[in-house]
Amino acid sequence: MAVWLVPAIVAAVIGIGLFKKVNIYETLTDGAKEGMQTWISIVPHLVIMMAAVTIFRASGAAGELASWLAPLLSLVGIPADVVPLALMRPISGTATLAMLDQIMQEHGADSYIAKLAAIMQGSTDTTLYVLAVYFGAVGIKKTGDALKIGLLADAAAFLFSVLAATWLL
Amino acid sequence: MVSVAFAFLILAGFIFAAVNGTMAEVNEALFQSMGQSIELAISLAGILLFWTGVMKTAEAAGLVKGLADTVQPLLARLFPEVPDGHVVFGYIASNMAANFFGLGNAATPIGLKAMRELKKLNGDQDTASRSMITFLALNTAAITLIPTTVIAIGMKNGATDPTDIIIPALVATILSFFFAIVLDRYYAFRRRR
Repeated sequence: MAVWLVPAIVAAVIGIGLFKKVNIYETLTDGAKEGMQTWISIVPHLVIMMAAVTIFRASGAAGELASWLAPLLSLVGIPADVVPLALMRPISGTATLAMLDQIMQEHGADSYIAKLAAIMQGSTDTTLYVLAVYFGAVGIKKTGDALKIGLLADAAAFLFSVLAATWLL
Repeated sequence: MVSVAFAFLILAGFIFAAVNGTMAEVNEALFQSMGQSIELAISLAGILLFWTGVMKTAEAAGLVKGLADTVQPLLARLFPEVPDGHVVFGYIASNMAANFFGLGNAATPIGLKAMRELKKLNGDQDTASRSMITFLALNTAAITLIPTTVIAIGMKNGATDPTDIIIPALVATILSFFFAIVLDRYYAFRRRR
């Protein structure tokens, strides 16, 4: 289904554009030019964010924090094996995809741990990335409660994942 | 808050590395990450330019405005500061739809456009308005119908049924989406007092 979705959307936009006598080549390229400016404003945020996340992860601090939190989180039903993934999820999407791969190799792709990790990964987004890119691109310096809301929603998603994995799998 | 989060990641990392002797690894990874972030940025660039082009065309054809009028009754309650019939409703709806269908690459450029419009509505200040925070919350907790990369990793590792996580993940993402909306309302209420 997904392979048809993008072509269908683009074709519909172009078709309706032509019908409404829009100069579609001009709007496409003008829009792309705007996209270029957006891109330029995103890059600094990407570089700094990835550097910070890398320092945190490569130092072993992320793993250490995960092992401190594991006993606490096991009280609410989050197994120790998925705690590192939960901890990294809001700050790095690529790191957690690699972790998910690792968990599946270790425990087997059909194990409860692997399924739970997959549900946790699939039901959340990389909060820090979204925040850095969205607010960074438009030059927002004071972000209000946005980060707090994003992180709390992630935490909630992990708890909901445990419930969903228990009842719906 | 974001500054604190970044300072924590960087300083905690360096202190931990100093204590545990992992400074060499940190140095290596740090310089690697700089190359990787530019690679990531380059891989994003084409998609970003392409989708902003498509969105601009959709806007010129009146499609975004049409969508805005359709979703206005639903979204107006979440974004009370946005004036009636404003085109940003169309961008917000397009962004949410792209997230829903797992078109993350299309969702970002559209979402940035929405964010820019919301900033204009807020008099171009560098403080996030209530609407901008709400929109960000909707994005960080966005509902995804089918988590394609997760399924791909399951397939790669030989899961018997890699798609069996779709329903539980959908339930978890929907619940957390509504939780984010409730949180957002709560914090907006607290700010006003």
